Amino acid sequence: MAILIEWGRYLLSGISVTMGLVISALAIGFLLGLALLFMFYYGVFPALGLDLSAFAIGAVVLGMRGAAYQSQIFQGSIQSISEGQMTAALSLGMTKRAAIKSIILPQALRISLPSLSNEYPEILTDSAVCYAIGVMELLTRTSVIVSQTYVTLPIYAACAGIFILLNYAGMQAISKVEKKFAIPGFGIAAG
Amino acid sequence: MTSEYILRVENLHKRFGNREILRGISFKVKKGETVVFIGPSGTGKSTLLRCINQLTEPDAGHVYLDDEKITGCGHLISKYRQRIGMVFQSFNLFDHLTAVQNVEIALLKVKKMKPAEARKKAADELGRVGMLDFSDHYPSELSGGQAQRVSIARSLAMDPEVMLFDEPTSALDPELTREVLEVMKDLARSGMTMLVVSHELGFAQSAATEVVFMEGGKIIEQGPPARIMKDPQHPRTGEFIGKIADQ
Repeated sequence: MAILIEWGRYLLSGISVTMGLVISALAIGFLLGLALLFMFYYGVFPALGLDLSAFAIGAVVLGMRGAAYQSQIFQGSIQSISEGQMTAALSLGMTKRAAIKSIILPQALRISLPSLSNEYPEILTDSAVCYAIGVMELLTRTSVIVSQTYVTLPIYAACAGIFILLNYAGMQAISKVEKKFAIPGFGIAAG
Repeated sequence: MTSEYILRVENLHKRFGNREILRGISFKVKKGETVVFIGPSGTGKSTLLRCINQLTEPDAGHVYLDDEKITGCGHLISKYRQRIGMVFQSFNLFDHLTAVQNVEIALLKVKKMKPAEARKKAADELGRVGMLDFSDHYPSELSGGQAQRVSIARSLAMDPEVMLFDEPTSALDPELTREVLEVMKDLARSGMTMLVVSHELGFAQSAATEVVFMEGGKIIEQGPPARIMKDPQHPRTGEFIGKIADQ
Protein backbone atom coordinates (compact mmCIF):
# COMPACT_ATOMS: atom_id res chain seq x y z
CA MET A 1 0.00 0.00 0.00
CA ALA A 2 2.88 2.32 0.84
CA ILE A 3 4.28 1.66 -2.61
CA LEU A 4 1.00 2.55 -4.20
CA ILE A 5 0.96 5.90 -2.43
CA GLU A 6 4.59 6.50 -3.28
CA TRP A 7 4.14 5.75 -6.97
CA GLY A 8 0.53 6.84 -7.18
CA ARG A 9 1.23 10.21 -8.71
CA TYR A 10 3.53 8.69 -11.24
CA LEU A 11 0.91 6.20 -12.30
CA LEU A 12 -1.94 8.71 -12.33
CA SER A 13 -0.09 11.07 -14.61
CA GLY A 14 -0.35 8.26 -17.17
CA ILE A 15 -4.07 9.04 -17.39
CA SER A 16 -3.50 12.07 -19.53
CA VAL A 17 -1.28 10.08 -21.89
CA THR A 18 -3.74 7.20 -22.17
CA MET A 19 -6.63 9.60 -22.70
CA GLY A 20 -4.56 11.54 -25.22
CA LEU A 21 -4.10 8.34 -27.20
CA VAL A 22 -7.77 7.45 -26.97
CA ILE A 23 -9.00 10.85 -28.04
CA SER A 24 -6.44 11.16 -30.82
CA ALA A 25 -7.29 7.69 -32.06
CA LEU A 26 -11.02 8.40 -31.95
CA ALA A 27 -10.50 11.63 -33.86
CA ILE A 28 -8.12 10.09 -36.39
CA GLY A 29 -10.31 7.04 -36.78
CA PHE A 30 -13.24 9.34 -37.33
CA LEU A 31 -11.44 11.46 -39.90
CA LEU A 32 -9.81 8.52 -41.66
CA GLY A 33 -13.12 6.75 -41.58
CA LEU A 34 -14.59 9.71 -43.40
CA ALA A 35 -11.57 9.90 -45.69
CA LEU A 36 -11.88 6.23 -46.57
CA LEU A 37 -15.51 6.80 -47.24
CA PHE A 38 -14.82 9.79 -49.47
CA MET A 39 -12.14 7.76 -51.20
CA PHE A 40 -14.89 5.31 -51.90
CA TYR A 41 -17.20 7.99 -53.23
CA TYR A 42 -14.92 10.63 -54.70
CA GLY A 43 -11.58 8.95 -55.24
CA VAL A 44 -9.61 11.19 -52.88
CA PHE A 45 -6.55 9.54 -51.34
CA PRO A 46 -5.14 10.92 -48.10
CA ALA A 47 -1.40 11.38 -48.42
CA LEU A 48 0.54 10.16 -45.38
CA GLY A 49 4.24 9.64 -44.74
CA LEU A 50 5.57 11.90 -41.96
CA ASP A 51 8.30 11.58 -39.34
CA LEU A 52 6.27 10.77 -36.25
CA SER A 53 6.89 10.34 -32.52
CA ALA A 54 5.99 7.08 -30.78
CA PHE A 55 2.87 8.74 -29.45
CA ALA A 56 1.88 9.88 -32.93
CA ILE A 57 2.59 6.48 -34.43
CA GLY A 58 0.50 4.86 -31.70
CA ALA A 59 -2.32 7.25 -32.33
CA VAL A 60 -2.17 6.73 -36.09
CA VAL A 61 -2.06 2.96 -35.79
CA LEU A 62 -4.97 2.86 -33.38
CA GLY A 63 -6.71 5.36 -35.62
CA MET A 64 -6.20 3.29 -38.75
CA ARG A 65 -7.62 0.28 -37.02
CA GLY A 66 -10.62 2.38 -35.99
CA ALA A 67 -10.88 3.90 -39.44
CA ALA A 68 -11.58 0.56 -41.02
CA TYR A 69 -14.48 -0.03 -38.67
CA GLN A 70 -15.73 3.51 -38.76
CA SER A 71 -15.77 3.79 -42.54
CA GLN A 72 -17.92 0.68 -42.54
CA ILE A 73 -20.19 2.26 -39.99
CA PHE A 74 -20.52 5.44 -42.07
CA GLN A 75 -21.11 3.52 -45.24
CA GLY A 76 -23.85 1.51 -43.59
CA SER A 77 -25.40 4.66 -42.17
CA ILE A 78 -25.44 6.43 -45.50
CA GLN A 79 -26.92 3.42 -47.21
CA SER A 80 -29.64 3.19 -44.60
CA ILE A 81 -30.89 6.68 -45.50
CA SER A 82 -33.78 6.39 -47.92
CA GLU A 83 -33.15 7.58 -51.45
CA GLY A 84 -36.13 9.90 -51.10
CA GLN A 85 -34.09 12.21 -48.87
CA MET A 86 -31.63 12.93 -51.65
CA THR A 87 -34.40 13.11 -54.25
CA ALA A 88 -36.32 15.65 -52.18
CA ALA A 89 -33.20 17.74 -51.61
CA LEU A 90 -32.40 17.77 -55.33
CA SER A 91 -36.00 18.63 -56.19
CA LEU A 92 -35.68 21.77 -54.06
CA GLY A 93 -32.76 22.91 -56.17
CA MET A 94 -29.94 21.78 -53.90
CA THR A 95 -26.79 20.63 -55.61
CA LYS A 96 -25.70 17.09 -54.81
CA ARG A 97 -22.91 18.50 -52.67
CA ALA A 98 -25.26 20.72 -50.66
CA ALA A 99 -27.63 17.80 -50.20
CA ILE A 100 -24.83 15.60 -48.85
CA LYS A 101 -23.73 18.33 -46.47
CA SER A 102 -27.10 19.52 -45.19
CA ILE A 103 -29.25 16.42 -45.44
CA ILE A 104 -27.31 13.18 -45.80
CA LEU A 105 -24.34 13.69 -43.46
CA PRO A 106 -26.30 15.07 -40.47
CA GLN A 107 -28.52 12.01 -40.68
CA ALA A 108 -25.71 9.55 -41.29
CA LEU A 109 -23.72 10.88 -38.33
CA ARG A 110 -26.72 10.53 -36.04
CA ILE A 111 -27.39 7.02 -37.23
CA SER A 112 -23.75 6.04 -36.75
CA LEU A 113 -23.42 7.53 -33.26
CA PRO A 114 -24.33 4.38 -31.28
CA SER A 115 -21.89 2.28 -33.30
CA LEU A 116 -19.22 4.93 -32.98
CA SER A 117 -19.73 4.91 -29.21
CA ASN A 118 -18.75 1.24 -29.19
CA GLU A 119 -15.41 2.31 -30.55
CA TYR A 120 -14.49 4.10 -27.34
CA PRO A 121 -14.04 1.08 -25.05
CA GLU A 122 -12.44 -0.79 -27.94
CA ILE A 123 -9.80 1.83 -28.50
CA LEU A 124 -9.39 2.52 -24.80
CA THR A 125 -8.34 -1.06 -24.19
CA ASP A 126 -6.43 -1.35 -27.46
CA SER A 127 -4.45 1.76 -26.58
CA ALA A 128 -2.45 -0.42 -24.18
CA VAL A 129 -0.69 -1.98 -27.17
CA CYS A 130 1.29 1.24 -27.40
CA TYR A 131 3.20 -0.16 -24.45
CA ALA A 132 4.97 -2.15 -27.13
CA ILE A 133 6.49 0.93 -28.73
CA GLY A 134 7.31 2.64 -25.44
CA VAL A 135 4.59 5.27 -25.27
CA MET A 136 4.39 6.29 -21.61
CA GLU A 137 0.74 5.36 -21.27
CA LEU A 138 -0.91 3.68 -18.26
CA LEU A 139 0.31 0.14 -18.89
CA THR A 140 3.88 1.26 -19.61
CA ARG A 141 3.97 3.21 -16.38
CA THR A 142 2.47 0.27 -14.53
CA SER A 143 5.26 -1.99 -15.69
CA VAL A 144 7.85 0.65 -14.82
CA ILE A 145 6.49 0.69 -11.28
CA VAL A 146 6.45 -3.10 -11.16
CA SER A 147 10.06 -3.31 -12.32
CA GLN A 148 11.13 -0.73 -9.74
CA THR A 149 9.23 -2.16 -6.81
CA TYR A 150 8.77 -5.84 -7.62
CA VAL A 151 5.16 -5.47 -6.44
CA THR A 152 2.82 -6.82 -9.10
CA LEU A 153 -0.76 -7.52 -8.21
CA PRO A 154 -1.78 -4.26 -6.46
CA ILE A 155 -0.08 -2.18 -9.13
CA TYR A 156 -1.77 -3.98 -12.02
CA ALA A 157 -5.05 -3.88 -10.10
CA ALA A 158 -4.70 -0.11 -9.74
CA CYS A 159 -4.02 0.17 -13.45
CA ALA A 160 -7.07 -1.95 -14.24
CA GLY A 161 -9.14 0.18 -11.88
CA ILE A 162 -8.13 3.31 -13.74
CA PHE A 163 -9.08 1.72 -17.07
CA ILE A 164 -12.47 0.78 -15.66
CA LEU A 165 -13.03 4.32 -14.40
CA LEU A 166 -11.96 5.87 -17.71
CA ASN A 167 -14.26 3.50 -19.54
CA TYR A 168 -17.17 4.38 -17.30
CA ALA A 169 -16.55 8.12 -17.48
CA GLY A 170 -16.17 7.98 -21.26
CA MET A 171 -19.39 6.04 -21.74
CA GLN A 172 -21.22 8.55 -19.56
CA ALA A 173 -19.94 11.40 -21.70
CA ILE A 174 -20.90 9.59 -24.89
CA SER A 175 -24.42 8.94 -23.72
CA LYS A 176 -24.71 12.68 -22.98
CA VAL A 177 -23.69 13.41 -26.57
CA GLU A 178 -26.16 10.83 -27.86
CA LYS A 179 -28.94 12.45 -25.87
CA LYS A 180 -28.00 15.88 -27.11
CA PHE A 181 -28.31 14.82 -30.74
CA ALA A 182 -31.30 12.53 -30.26
CA ILE A 183 -34.25 13.23 -32.50
CA PRO A 184 -37.66 11.69 -31.87
CA GLY A 185 -38.24 8.57 -33.89
CA PHE A 186 -34.86 8.88 -35.52
CA GLY A 187 -32.15 6.26 -35.44
CA ILE A 188 -31.00 6.61 -31.87
CA ALA A 189 -33.14 6.17 -28.80
CA ALA A 190 -33.48 9.15 -26.50
CA GLY A 191 -33.45 6.94 -23.41
CA MET B 1 -41.06 37.15 -75.04
CA THR B 2 -42.87 34.42 -73.26
CA SER B 3 -45.39 32.13 -74.82
CA GLU B 4 -48.65 31.38 -73.09
CA TYR B 5 -47.31 28.00 -72.02
CA ILE B 6 -45.38 27.82 -68.77
CA LEU B 7 -44.42 24.21 -69.43
CA ARG B 8 -43.97 22.31 -72.67
CA VAL B 9 -43.05 18.66 -72.96
CA GLU B 10 -42.00 17.42 -76.38
CA ASN B 11 -41.78 13.81 -77.41
CA LEU B 12 -40.29 12.41 -74.19
CA HIS B 13 -38.88 8.91 -74.32
CA LYS B 14 -37.51 6.87 -71.47
CA ARG B 15 -36.56 3.24 -71.16
CA PHE B 16 -35.24 1.28 -68.21
CA GLY B 17 -33.34 -1.71 -69.54
CA ASN B 18 -35.55 -3.11 -72.25
CA ARG B 19 -38.73 -1.74 -70.73
CA GLU B 20 -39.98 1.30 -72.58
CA ILE B 21 -41.64 3.47 -69.94
CA LEU B 22 -42.33 6.65 -71.90
CA ARG B 23 -43.02 6.35 -75.60
CA GLY B 24 -43.26 9.86 -76.96
CA ILE B 25 -45.12 12.09 -74.52
CA SER B 26 -45.99 15.64 -75.58
CA PHE B 27 -48.22 18.21 -73.93
CA LYS B 28 -48.37 21.87 -72.98
CA VAL B 29 -49.54 23.53 -69.81
CA LYS B 30 -50.68 27.12 -69.46
CA LYS B 31 -49.97 29.19 -66.41
CA GLY B 32 -52.51 28.49 -63.68
CA GLU B 33 -53.73 25.21 -65.13
CA THR B 34 -54.09 22.04 -63.12
CA VAL B 35 -53.47 18.90 -65.13
CA VAL B 36 -54.31 15.55 -63.58
CA PHE B 37 -52.66 12.41 -64.97
CA ILE B 38 -54.52 9.15 -64.55
CA GLY B 39 -53.82 5.67 -65.84
CA PRO B 40 -52.94 2.15 -64.75
CA SER B 41 -49.86 1.75 -62.57
CA GLY B 42 -46.60 1.16 -64.38
CA THR B 43 -47.75 3.43 -67.15
CA GLY B 44 -44.99 5.97 -66.72
CA LYS B 45 -46.89 8.79 -64.97
CA SER B 46 -44.37 9.11 -62.15
CA THR B 47 -41.46 8.72 -64.55
CA LEU B 48 -42.96 11.51 -66.61
CA LEU B 49 -43.01 13.87 -63.61
CA ARG B 50 -39.45 12.91 -62.71
CA CYS B 51 -38.34 13.57 -66.28
CA ILE B 52 -39.82 17.05 -66.10
CA ASN B 53 -37.47 18.19 -63.34
CA GLN B 54 -34.75 15.84 -64.56
CA LEU B 55 -34.60 13.68 -61.45
CA THR B 56 -34.72 11.05 -64.14
CA GLU B 57 -32.98 11.93 -67.36
CA PRO B 58 -35.11 11.25 -70.41
CA ASP B 59 -33.51 9.36 -73.30
CA ALA B 60 -35.02 11.68 -75.88
CA GLY B 61 -37.33 14.65 -76.06
CA HIS B 62 -37.32 18.05 -74.42
CA VAL B 63 -38.89 19.96 -71.58
CA TYR B 64 -39.30 23.73 -71.69
CA LEU B 65 -40.01 25.85 -68.64
CA ASP B 66 -41.31 29.23 -69.71
CA ASP B 67 -39.66 28.66 -73.12
CA GLU B 68 -36.28 27.81 -71.62
CA LYS B 69 -35.07 24.36 -72.53
CA ILE B 70 -34.23 22.53 -69.32
CA THR B 71 -33.38 19.12 -70.74
CA GLY B 72 -29.64 18.64 -71.13
CA CYS B 73 -28.80 21.86 -69.31
CA GLY B 74 -26.18 20.18 -67.12
CA HIS B 75 -25.54 21.67 -63.71
CA LEU B 76 -27.98 24.53 -64.38
CA ILE B 77 -30.73 22.05 -63.58
CA SER B 78 -30.62 22.97 -59.89
CA LYS B 79 -31.60 26.53 -60.88
CA TYR B 80 -34.61 25.21 -62.78
CA ARG B 81 -35.55 22.81 -60.03
CA GLN B 82 -35.94 25.78 -57.69
CA ARG B 83 -38.76 26.89 -59.98
CA ILE B 84 -40.44 23.47 -60.09
CA GLY B 85 -41.78 22.19 -56.77
CA MET B 86 -42.28 18.49 -56.25
CA VAL B 87 -44.39 16.59 -53.75
CA PHE B 88 -43.80 12.87 -53.30
CA GLN B 89 -45.98 9.92 -52.46
CA SER B 90 -43.81 9.12 -49.44
CA PHE B 91 -43.50 12.80 -48.38
CA ASN B 92 -39.71 12.58 -48.12
CA LEU B 93 -39.52 15.11 -45.33
CA PHE B 94 -36.01 15.47 -43.97
CA ASP B 95 -36.15 13.22 -40.93
CA HIS B 96 -33.58 15.10 -38.85
CA LEU B 97 -35.33 18.46 -39.14
CA THR B 98 -38.49 19.85 -37.56
CA ALA B 99 -41.40 20.92 -39.73
CA VAL B 100 -40.30 24.54 -39.84
CA GLN B 101 -36.67 23.55 -40.48
CA ASN B 102 -37.82 21.34 -43.33
CA VAL B 103 -39.50 24.33 -44.93
CA GLU B 104 -36.66 26.76 -44.37
CA ILE B 105 -33.64 24.63 -45.21
CA ALA B 106 -33.76 25.25 -48.95
CA LEU B 107 -34.42 28.95 -48.32
CA LEU B 108 -31.21 29.05 -46.27
CA LYS B 109 -29.03 26.74 -48.33
CA VAL B 110 -30.31 27.38 -51.83
CA LYS B 111 -31.79 30.88 -51.79
CA LYS B 112 -29.26 32.04 -49.15
CA MET B 113 -31.93 33.93 -47.22
CA LYS B 114 -31.14 35.44 -43.84
CA PRO B 115 -32.23 33.12 -40.99
CA ALA B 116 -34.91 35.50 -39.66
CA GLU B 117 -36.33 36.06 -43.12
CA ALA B 118 -36.33 32.32 -43.88
CA ARG B 119 -38.02 31.53 -40.56
CA LYS B 120 -40.76 34.04 -41.28
CA LYS B 121 -41.33 32.73 -44.79
CA ALA B 122 -41.37 29.15 -43.48
CA ALA B 123 -43.92 30.07 -40.82
CA ASP B 124 -46.08 31.76 -43.48
CA GLU B 125 -46.01 28.67 -45.67
CA LEU B 126 -46.80 26.37 -42.75
CA GLY B 127 -49.72 28.66 -41.93
CA ARG B 128 -50.93 28.40 -45.51
CA VAL B 129 -51.26 24.61 -45.19
CA GLY B 130 -52.64 24.80 -41.64
CA MET B 131 -49.52 23.38 -40.00
CA LEU B 132 -48.17 26.36 -38.08
CA ASP B 133 -49.01 24.75 -34.72
CA PHE B 134 -46.75 21.82 -35.63
CA SER B 135 -43.68 23.90 -36.51
CA ASP B 136 -41.45 22.23 -33.95
CA HIS B 137 -42.58 18.67 -34.57
CA TYR B 138 -40.27 16.16 -36.19
CA PRO B 139 -41.55 14.17 -39.19
CA SER B 140 -41.92 11.06 -37.03
CA GLU B 141 -44.33 13.00 -34.82
CA LEU B 142 -46.67 13.90 -37.68
CA SER B 143 -49.49 11.95 -39.27
CA GLY B 144 -49.16 11.16 -42.97
CA GLY B 145 -51.56 13.94 -43.89
CA GLN B 146 -49.70 16.44 -41.74
CA ALA B 147 -46.36 15.35 -43.16
CA GLN B 148 -47.65 15.76 -46.69
CA ARG B 149 -48.95 19.24 -45.92
CA VAL B 150 -45.52 20.19 -44.55
CA SER B 151 -43.90 18.82 -47.68
CA ILE B 152 -46.25 20.95 -49.78
CA ALA B 153 -45.27 23.98 -47.68
CA ARG B 154 -41.60 23.07 -48.20
CA SER B 155 -42.07 23.19 -51.96
CA LEU B 156 -44.22 26.32 -51.89
CA ALA B 157 -41.60 28.21 -49.89
CA MET B 158 -39.38 28.25 -52.97
CA ASP B 159 -42.12 30.19 -54.82
CA PRO B 160 -42.20 27.68 -57.66
CA GLU B 161 -43.83 28.43 -61.00
CA VAL B 162 -44.98 24.83 -61.41
CA MET B 163 -45.78 22.17 -58.82
CA LEU B 164 -45.51 18.46 -59.51
CA PHE B 165 -47.50 16.08 -57.32
CA ASP B 166 -46.50 12.42 -57.58
CA GLU B 167 -49.40 10.44 -56.11
CA PRO B 168 -49.54 12.78 -53.11
CA THR B 169 -52.35 10.92 -51.36
CA SER B 170 -51.85 7.27 -52.26
CA ALA B 171 -50.03 6.55 -48.99
CA LEU B 172 -52.85 8.09 -46.94
CA ASP B 173 -56.14 6.83 -45.61
CA PRO B 174 -59.32 8.56 -46.85
CA GLU B 175 -59.57 11.04 -44.01
CA LEU B 176 -55.99 12.20 -44.32
CA THR B 177 -56.36 12.23 -48.10
CA ARG B 178 -59.13 14.78 -47.73
CA GLU B 179 -57.02 17.24 -45.74
CA VAL B 180 -54.24 17.08 -48.33
CA LEU B 181 -56.64 17.44 -51.24
CA GLU B 182 -58.18 20.52 -49.58
CA VAL B 183 -54.75 22.15 -49.51
CA MET B 184 -54.21 21.22 -53.15
CA LYS B 185 -57.58 22.60 -54.18
CA ASP B 186 -56.79 25.89 -52.46
CA LEU B 187 -53.52 25.95 -54.28
CA ALA B 188 -55.18 25.32 -57.63
CA ARG B 189 -57.68 28.11 -56.91
CA SER B 190 -54.85 30.48 -56.03
CA GLY B 191 -53.56 30.13 -59.59
CA MET B 192 -50.68 27.71 -59.09
CA THR B 193 -49.76 25.66 -62.14
CA MET B 194 -50.03 22.04 -61.09
CA LEU B 195 -49.30 18.65 -62.61
CA VAL B 196 -50.86 15.95 -60.49
CA VAL B 197 -50.52 12.20 -60.78
CA SER B 198 -53.49 10.94 -58.81
CA HIS B 199 -56.47 8.66 -59.00
CA GLU B 200 -58.64 11.00 -56.95
CA LEU B 201 -61.38 11.55 -59.50
CA GLY B 202 -63.19 13.92 -57.15
CA PHE B 203 -60.15 16.16 -57.07
CA ALA B 204 -59.79 15.94 -60.85
CA GLN B 205 -63.43 16.88 -61.28
CA SER B 206 -63.35 19.88 -58.99
CA ALA B 207 -59.83 21.24 -59.49
CA ALA B 208 -58.44 20.05 -62.82
CA THR B 209 -58.54 22.10 -65.97
CA GLU B 210 -57.42 19.05 -67.90
CA VAL B 211 -57.29 15.32 -67.34
CA VAL B 212 -54.75 13.20 -69.19
CA PHE B 213 -55.24 9.46 -69.47
CA MET B 214 -51.99 7.56 -69.98
CA GLU B 215 -51.42 3.93 -70.76
CA GLY B 216 -48.37 2.01 -71.96
CA GLY B 217 -46.14 5.07 -71.91
CA LYS B 218 -48.41 7.08 -74.16
CA ILE B 219 -51.11 9.69 -73.78
CA ILE B 220 -54.30 7.96 -74.88
CA GLU B 221 -56.67 10.81 -74.36
CA GLN B 222 -56.82 14.23 -72.79
CA GLY B 223 -59.47 16.87 -72.23
CA PRO B 224 -61.53 18.76 -69.67
CA PRO B 225 -62.42 16.57 -66.67
CA ALA B 226 -66.14 16.58 -67.34
CA ARG B 227 -65.69 15.28 -70.86
CA ILE B 228 -63.03 12.69 -70.02
CA MET B 229 -65.16 11.29 -67.22
CA LYS B 230 -68.62 11.43 -68.75
CA ASP B 231 -67.86 11.05 -72.43
CA PRO B 232 -64.46 9.46 -73.04
CA GLN B 233 -63.57 9.05 -76.72
CA HIS B 234 -61.33 6.06 -76.21
CA PRO B 235 -62.80 2.82 -74.85
CA ARG B 236 -59.78 2.21 -72.56
CA THR B 237 -60.33 5.58 -70.88
CA GLY B 238 -63.90 4.75 -70.03
CA GLU B 239 -62.94 1.28 -68.85
CA PHE B 240 -60.23 2.66 -66.55
CA ILE B 241 -62.40 5.42 -65.10
CA GLY B 242 -65.17 2.91 -64.50
CA LYS B 243 -62.74 0.68 -62.67
CA ILE B 244 -61.35 3.31 -60.28
CA ALA B 245 -64.77 4.89 -59.74
CA ASP B 246 -66.00 1.53 -58.42
CA GLN B 247 -63.32 1.41 -55.73
